[in-house]
Amino acid sequence: MALLEVSKLEAFYGQTQVLRGLDFSLEEGGITTILGANGAGKTTTLRALCGMVRTRGEVSFAGAKISGSATESIVRHGIAHVPEGRGTFVRLSTEENLRLGAYTRKDPQAVGEDLDRVFQYFPRLKERRHQQAGTLSGGEQQMLAVGRALMMHPRLMLLDEPSFGLAPNLTEELFDILGAINKERKVSMLVVEQNASLALAIADHAYLLETGRIVISGTAREIERDETVRKAYLGY
Amino acid sequence: MEFFLQQLFSGLAFGGVYACMALAVVMIYQATDHLNFAQGEMAMFSTYIAFTLLSHGVPYWWTFLLAMAISFLGGVFIERVIVRPVEGTSVLNEVIVFIGLLTIFNSLAGWIWEYTIKPFPSPFPKDPLFGNKFVGTHDLGVIGVTLLVLFGVFLFFRFTPIGLAMRAAAQDPASARLVGIRVGWMLALGWGLAAAIGAVAGIMVAPIVFLEPNMMGSILLYGFAGALLGGITNPAGAVFGGFAVGVLETLIGAYVPFIGSELKLTVALLLIIAVLVFRPSGLFGRVVVKRV
Repeated sequence: MALLEVSKLEAFYGQTQVLRGLDFSLEEGGITTILGANGAGKTTTLRALCGMVRTRGEVSFAGAKISGSATESIVRHGIAHVPEGRGTFVRLSTEENLRLGAYTRKDPQAVGEDLDRVFQYFPRLKERRHQQAGTLSGGEQQMLAVGRALMMHPRLMLLDEPSFGLAPNLTEELFDILGAINKERKVSMLVVEQNASLALAIADHAYLLETGRIVISGTAREIERDETVRKAYLGY
Repeated sequence: MEFFLQQLFSGLAFGGVYACMALAVVMIYQATDHLNFAQGEMAMFSTYIAFTLLSHGVPYWWTFLLAMAISFLGGVFIERVIVRPVEGTSVLNEVIVFIGLLTIFNSLAGWIWEYTIKPFPSPFPKDPLFGNKFVGTHDLGVIGVTLLVLFGVFLFFRFTPIGLAMRAAAQDPASARLVGIRVGWMLALGWGLAAAIGAVAGIMVAPIVFLEPNMMGSILLYGFAGALLGGITNPAGAVFGGFAVGVLETLIGAYVPFIGSELKLTVALLLIIAVLVFRPSGLFGRVVVKRV
């Protein structure tokens, strides 16, 4: 059984329909990416999964129906959303931001271990532990957002443009860490990216979104070789 | 010198009460961006509840804690049932609900307990401590109790997971939901806490100003002045502002002849205007450090 099952998902901002009936599923343990141009509905897809926009259709996670629930209830199933713009609590310290990730957990000892683990993945965060999170650089805040998501001990991570605003070497470092998290922590991932080649490199499955519809789906290797995808999104 | 110290301590005692009101106002302001105009009447109502408990023979400090607990539940109830439906609709809607609450509590108190002025007991002995000439024991007690409560609130927000979650929910509701915080309940908790802190202010000031439905009107104004002076975005600043306004008001009333006790409230109003004109963020208002 798939970890995440989405059928006929539609999403609306006011009267405007952004998603026009998405059907897709996600296998446990894998990394899936959604590619597409600006305005295709990538961010909206992630927001719709978390109940942050008005939706129709059905989403089930690990066998339980989650569509129609409130955001705070959906994420308690084990879904960590690293949102567009990172969602940093700018006036709290780095450590407080991380601890908030573990807010719903009742296992303080494991939370402590996870905090150490986040500091291993992102040593910079440890150095800035007591600093106000708003003073971190863009890259550090992106690491903080991923770290906070890890603190939830999630089964699935939704990542919205993790490379946004990062220098190329930082982006590479971040994607390496994401790959490591996927393998070591067995966290499934759904990554939305503009940087298609980067996303396809770590993903094993990919969907191409155009104006609210899925137009191509397949394994990452197949998509990489696809003529239209190569021309439009990979640029060669 | 003796006169000055007497006035200073009296000012600090009032300041503790204003600080509580200022903190209550700021807590709700941080979460909703609005001033709760009913905060004073809620505190007055809490004081009447304490009055009723006392007249039924409940010991003073039990009454104190019970009144805080009842006020807490009342505050949660008000947010969930009355404020909730208008939250985020429009500024006008919310302000009208606050003003509605103000008049409801005021007339309800008059209806249940009548408008006659009633004495309210102080838990502290009448004689000054160690026979000193500077400070009455009630004043000293008020300073102690309010400081204790304020310190407790600080510890709660700084060191408990729920306190952290409340700060997160007030700062960024969308992100808070993404880590599983039930933002609506955090708001309700905030109202509950604000109501409980207000109850402390009411119970502490009632022996000085006496119990009647309008007792908190001017005190809430001083609380607003304190909150603005310290910075409405900064709880610690608001507490400082409350104490500062208490001292300022008392000293100006005592030393500036034409002001006396009649024009004291004008000092608070002038202060509010002055802060808004010259330094709208207050003394310790937030300057957000942000790098992009």
